Amino acid sequence: MTPAVRCSGVRQVFGETVAVNGIDLEVVPGEVFGLLGPNGAGKTTTIRMITTLLPAPPGAIEVLGLDVATRRTAVRRMLGYVPQQLSADGTLTGRENVALFARLFDVPQKLRSAQVAAVLDVVDLADVADRSVKTYSGGMVRRLELAQALVSAPRVLILDEPTVGLDPVARDGVWDRIDEIRAATGMTVLVTTHAMQEADEHCDRVALMHRGRIEALGTPGELRSAIGPDATLDDVFRHHTGNTLTQEKGGMRDVRAARRTAGRLG
Amino acid sequence: MSVLPAAPPVASAEQEPGPIRLTRTALSRVATMCLVELQKLRHDRSELVTRAVQPALWLLVFGNVFTRLHAIPTGDVPYLDYLAPGILAQSALFIAIFYGIQIIWERDAGVLAKLLVTPTPRAALVAAKAFAAGIRAIAQAVVVLVLALLLGVSLSANPLHWLGVIVALMLGSAFFCCLSITIAGIVLSRDRLMGIGQAITMPLFFASNALYPVELMPGWLQVINHVNPLSYEVEALRGLMIGTPARLLLDFGVLLAAAAVMITVASALLPRLVRG
Repeated sequence: MTPAVRCSGVRQVFGETVAVNGIDLEVVPGEVFGLLGPNGAGKTTTIRMITTLLPAPPGAIEVLGLDVATRRTAVRRMLGYVPQQLSADGTLTGRENVALFARLFDVPQKLRSAQVAAVLDVVDLADVADRSVKTYSGGMVRRLELAQALVSAPRVLILDEPTVGLDPVARDGVWDRIDEIRAATGMTVLVTTHAMQEADEHCDRVALMHRGRIEALGTPGELRSAIGPDATLDDVFRHHTGNTLTQEKGGMRDVRAARRTAGRLG
Repeated sequence: MSVLPAAPPVASAEQEPGPIRLTRTALSRVATMCLVELQKLRHDRSELVTRAVQPALWLLVFGNVFTRLHAIPTGDVPYLDYLAPGILAQSALFIAIFYGIQIIWERDAGVLAKLLVTPTPRAALVAAKAFAAGIRAIAQAVVVLVLALLLGVSLSANPLHWLGVIVALMLGSAFFCCLSITIAGIVLSRDRLMGIGQAITMPLFFASNALYPVELMPGWLQVINHVNPLSYEVEALRGLMIGTPARLLLDFGVLLAAAAVMITVASALLPRLVRG
């Protein structure tokens, strides 16, 4: 079976910093795959290469067998992408936000309204679809972004830290929707997170990244068992990444992004 | 749960677009972004009012005072009539030149990354943003024109002339919007872009024919005026709105070429914004 995503020896260097250092992984169609790791591990850089936002050398990354270096437009048509920040447009309504992406993905006009309404219903925003997004809570904005990503019926849904900055109820709301969508459509979901409990509960397989490399790969159960009988995924995380402040690599940009997100969530 | 739409088969994934498909996609994206701009304006009209203050002051204070002074020779044309198209172009320039700040905000908010992961070629996305700036400029122009009419400016009644005004404003705004995106792609920061935007806006305005005839300018300023796209925009607007002599073919040719070049340059720099 063609992997949903295949990375072979992927490497990305910014100046003297090696952000991604030769990672190999395959995401099986239909699974929820978690890319875990501390700030600066290379998760977002990897996602940006898969989504064509950063250049990748030919043959290094394929999405459903399509080379992201040479088939960028075709790859983008297969993807739904939710970035780390809360990125819905606050000056528009929920419906207008989703309709924008339906148009950008060339959803035929005769199907557009129905498709927009269907995805808004799936994420439980049908009742507030015509309200300004300014009035939405952080969890509602996240669910709206899911709707934006789903309106084109992507084969692979890519979520970059989808629950960062959300309260526990909103986090559950986002994950419940992701689980339902995956169960209903068999869509592949690739998600980055450093919330180990969420990864343990919702991911079929995870890869733990540290300093641009994949340190461990398997089901959450396999990774826990490899550490000890009562180990949690947090223990797996500490085991592979260490847990010292000196190893934290989140730069000013990460801090600014986190503050902006916190600010937008109120 | 509603039934989600079926995913497209991988076999249907298209080849990289050729020139015809690129043009079709670009037109579709331009229409989409212009629609979004109109939706935004519908939800918040306050910007139209606040942005009208400056052109209103130019027309009311500067225009009226200089009309009485007769300090700027404009032949048979009253100075206020001569000034109105220049202020219209200035108003559009001010909107477009700070569009790069919106692009940087969109980068910081993740919007730009999301747009770049749609099946939209970079040039089509930049063209769409550029003409969306034009839509905002036209909405602003309506407010300025109402002010001009209230002040007694004699405007053309020919609908074709007004179609030309719309095209000139769209092309001029597209050029300055892309100039702003280009600067954003180079400096990558909102603060720096704000500084550069403020530094170049007034020189662009004063080194054009917006306020006074070219013949009154010193030689060196005339040279700058000839390479300043704002001058061609103002000449076209003036010719169409109040019937002064204009080289419309040259004006629209320069505006079209300048917009095309700047869309190309801004498209090349757009991915740098996401990587930066």
